[in-house]
Amino acid sequence: MLKNIGKNMNSFKKNLLKKRYNAERRFQWYGKIAIGLALSFLAVFMFQIFSKGYSAFQKTWIVTEVHYDKELLLIDAESPSKDDLENADYYDVAYKAMTSLDTGLPEEEDRQLIQMVSYKYEAEVKDLLLKNPDFLGKIVPIKLTASDDVDQVHKGNYPRDIPEKNRRVNDYQLQIYDMLNERGDILSEFNISFFTSPDSREAELAGIASSFMGTVFSILVCLAFSFPVAVLAAIYLEEFAPKNKFTDFIEVNINNLAAVPSIVFGLLGLGVLLAVFNLPRSTPLVGGITLSLMTLPTIIIAARASLKAVPPSIREAALAMGASNMQTTMHHTVPLSMPGTLSGTIIGLAQALGETAPLILIGMVAFVNTIPGTPVDPAASLPVQIYIWSESAERGFVEKVSACIMVLLAFLILMNLAAQIVRHKFEKKWS
Amino acid sequence: MNLILVTFIILLAFTSYYFGRKKALVIQSSQRLTALPKFYGYYLAAWCAAPALIIFALWSVFEPSIVKTFILQDYTDQNLTKNELQLIYTKVKALAAGTYTGNITNFLDESANKYIQLKGIANSAKVAIILAILIFSLSFAYRSVQKNDRMREPVEIFLKWVLFVASLGAVLVTIGIVFSLLFEAIRFFQAVKIFDFIFGTHWYPAKTFVRDGQPDPELMKDAFGAVPLFAGTFFIAFIAMCVAIPIGLLSGIYLSEYAGRGIRKYAKPIIEILAGIPTVVYGFFAALTVGPFVKEIGNAMGLEVSAESALAAGAVMGVMIIPFISSLSDDVMTAVPQNLRDGSYAMGATKSETVKKVIFPAALPGIVGSILLAVSRAVGETMIVVMASGLAANLTMNPLESTSTITAQIVVILIGDQQFGDPKTQSAFALGISLFIVTLLLNVIALSVVKKYREKYE
Repeated sequence: MLKNIGKNMNSFKKNLLKKRYNAERRFQWYGKIAIGLALSFLAVFMFQIFSKGYSAFQKTWIVTEVHYDKELLLIDAESPSKDDLENADYYDVAYKAMTSLDTGLPEEEDRQLIQMVSYKYEAEVKDLLLKNPDFLGKIVPIKLTASDDVDQVHKGNYPRDIPEKNRRVNDYQLQIYDMLNERGDILSEFNISFFTSPDSREAELAGIASSFMGTVFSILVCLAFSFPVAVLAAIYLEEFAPKNKFTDFIEVNINNLAAVPSIVFGLLGLGVLLAVFNLPRSTPLVGGITLSLMTLPTIIIAARASLKAVPPSIREAALAMGASNMQTTMHHTVPLSMPGTLSGTIIGLAQALGETAPLILIGMVAFVNTIPGTPVDPAASLPVQIYIWSESAERGFVEKVSACIMVLLAFLILMNLAAQIVRHKFEKKWS
Repeated sequence: MNLILVTFIILLAFTSYYFGRKKALVIQSSQRLTALPKFYGYYLAAWCAAPALIIFALWSVFEPSIVKTFILQDYTDQNLTKNELQLIYTKVKALAAGTYTGNITNFLDESANKYIQLKGIANSAKVAIILAILIFSLSFAYRSVQKNDRMREPVEIFLKWVLFVASLGAVLVTIGIVFSLLFEAIRFFQAVKIFDFIFGTHWYPAKTFVRDGQPDPELMKDAFGAVPLFAGTFFIAFIAMCVAIPIGLLSGIYLSEYAGRGIRKYAKPIIEILAGIPTVVYGFFAALTVGPFVKEIGNAMGLEVSAESALAAGAVMGVMIIPFISSLSDDVMTAVPQNLRDGSYAMGATKSETVKKVIFPAALPGIVGSILLAVSRAVGETMIVVMASGLAANLTMNPLESTSTITAQIVVILIGDQQFGDPKTQSAFALGISLFIVTLLLNVIALSVVKKYREKYE
C-alpha cells in the first residue's frame, strides 16, 4: 500500500517536472519566435522596397529615326548659325519621327503613337541637333524617353491581361511596343536622369535632384544651428552649472524636449519662424532651423554623456598643473569628449534627415521643378518627396518612391556608419 | 546693409584680437604680463564684438514693430480693425519695395514715402549707434589693456556667460513651443468654446469655410469636436501596442536572459534598425503593401474592410515601436541584480519560472516606463497615419474602418497655404497643444517611474 503511494508520488513528480520543462521550452520558443518575427518584418520590408524599387534605376528609351528636314524646321539660311537652330520649329520634325513608326495609321490616330514617348520628346529632338549641327538635312537614329506607361510595360510591372478599357496602354500601343521590342528598338539603360533632374508631374521625367539638394541644405543649416549651441550648452551643464533648482529645471526641460513629437516642432516653425520672423516659406533655411530645434536635445544629451565619460583624473591633472577651470575644460575635457559628441551629432542629424511631418507644415511640400541653389530657394526634401510621390496615382511613381527610399536608406546607413567609425576610431578607451 | 555691418563688426573683432596680442608683447618688454598674450587679444575682441552684436540684434528685433506703429499712427482715426491695419501695412511695405500691384491711392503713396524715409532714418541711426558703441567699448577695453589689468578672468567670465546663454537655448525652445501653441489656441478658443472642443463628437472643420464673411457660429459649434480624434489616436496607439508589447517584451526577455553573447551582439542592433527607418517609409509600406493585404484577407473572410484601415496603420506602427520596448526592457532586465536570479535557481526554479516570478516583477517599473514611452511615441506619430489610415474623422471602434488622429488632422489642416486668423488653422494649434500635453504627461510619468526604478538597484 505505502509502496504504491510512493510510486504514485514519484510518477506525479516526474509528470510535474516534465510539465515544467515543457513550459520552459515553450517559453524559450516564444522568445525565439518574437525575435524571428521582428527580424522577418525587417526582411519583408527591405525585400518589398528593393524588389519594387530597383527597376527605377533603369530608364526605357524608344529608338526611332528623325529626319532633320530644313523645310520642316523652317530654316532658310544656307549655313544656319546656332541661333537659327535654336529658334527653328521642331514640332513637325519630332511629330514625324514618332509617326514614321507606323505609316499605315490614319492621321487622327497619331496621338496614340505620340503618347508612347514623354511629352518632352520635342525638346529631345531639338537637343540632339543642337549638339550635332551637322545632322541637319540627314536622317539619323534618335533615342526618345518612353512614357511611363511604356516604361512600366517594358519592366513587366504592367499587367497586360486586364481589359483594354481599364488599361492606360491600349492594344495598338502594345502592338507597336512588341514590334519595336522585337527589332531591338526599345533600350534599357542606367537612369542617370533620376539623379540629375528635378521633380516632375510626369513619372518618366521625375528625378530626385531638387529634393536631394533640399535635404543637403536643410541638414547643413540644421548642423550650423544645433551643433554649436548644443555643445556649448552641454559644456555649461556638465562642467560649470551650479547644482540648483534652475539647473535642474533646464535638465528636465531638455529631457522632455527630446520626447516632444516632431509635428509640434513643425507647428513651432510655422507659428514662430514663418508668422513672426517672416522667414521665406518652403525653404531649406526654415526647414533646417526647425529640424535643428528638434536635434538640439539629442546632441546635448550625447555631448553630456561623452563629457561625463572623461575620467576625473584628466581634469585633476590639468588643475594640478595650474590650469584654470575654463582652460581645463577647453584644452582637455572637451577635445577628449569630441568623438562621442560628434557621433551623437551624426545620429541626431540622421534622425532629422528622415523627418517629414515638420517639413510639410512649413511648406516644403510645394511642387518644385527647379534645383535649388541656395538655402533660401524653395525646395522639398527626400522624405517629403517620398510623401509627394506616394500620393500620386500614376503607377510609374511607385517604383520612383521605392528608389527614393533606397537612396534615403543608403544615406542613413552611411551616416550611421560614419558615427560608428568616428566613435571607434577616435574615442579613447579609459581604464 | 545688415550683412555689411555684421561683417564689419566681426572683422573688427579679429583685427582687435591681433592688435591686443601685439600690445601685450609691447607691454611685456617693460613689465610682467598678467596673462598669456592671447588673452589680451580675446579681451579686446570680446569687448569689440559682444556689445555691438547684442545692440544690433535688439535693434533688428524691435525696429520693424516701431516703424509699424509710426506708419499706422496716420490711420488711427479711421476706426479700422486690427486685420485691416495689418493689410494696409503689408500694402505700404510692398509699395515701398516696388512690388505692389494694386491701385495706388494718395494716402498709400504718402505712407510708403514715410516708410522709406523712416527706414532710412532707422538705418543711419543704427549704423551711427553701433559705431559709437564700438568706439566706446573698444576704447574702454583698450584702456584696461594698457593698464595691464588681470586679463584672463574677465575673458573666462565672458565665456562662461556665453555657455550659460547657450544652455538657455533648450528652455527658449520649450517657451517658444508653449507660446506659439498657446497664442493661436487661445484665439481658437475665443471662437469655439473649449467645452465643444473637448467633448464634441463631430470633427469636420472644412464645413466652417465660408467665402467672404464670418462663419455661422452654430456651424462652428458642431464642427470642432475633438473626441473622434482623441479616440482615433488612442485606438491606433492601442492597436500598435497590441503588436509591439508581446513581440517587444518577449524579444527583450530572450535577449537578456537566454541569448548568448553572439546572438545578442547582432540581433539587438538589427532589431534597432526598425526604429531608425524614417516614418514616411513605414507610411508608404503601410499604404501600399499592408493596407491592401489586410483588405484582401478581410474580403476573403467576408468582412467589409476599407483600404485605409486603422488596423494597417496600427500594425505597421507597432512594428516600428518594437525596438523601443525590446531594447529598453532588455536593459532594465539586465540591470536586475544577479543575486536575485541565483536565489531563484538555488530554490530549483527553471529559467522561465525565474523570469516570470522574479525578474519580471523586479523589472516591472522599468518595463512600464518603457511601454509608456512607446505609447507617447505612438501618439505623436504622424506620417504612418497620414498615409495609411485615411483622413476622415470617424468615431469608430472597428479596426477595419478608417479613422483619423490628432497628428493626421494637423497635417491635413496645415498642408498647403494657411491663413492665420482662420478658426480652421487655429484649430490645428489647439490640437497641437493637446498633443503636447498628452505626450508631456506620458513622458513625465515614464521618466519618473524609470528613475525610481534605477534608484532602487543602484
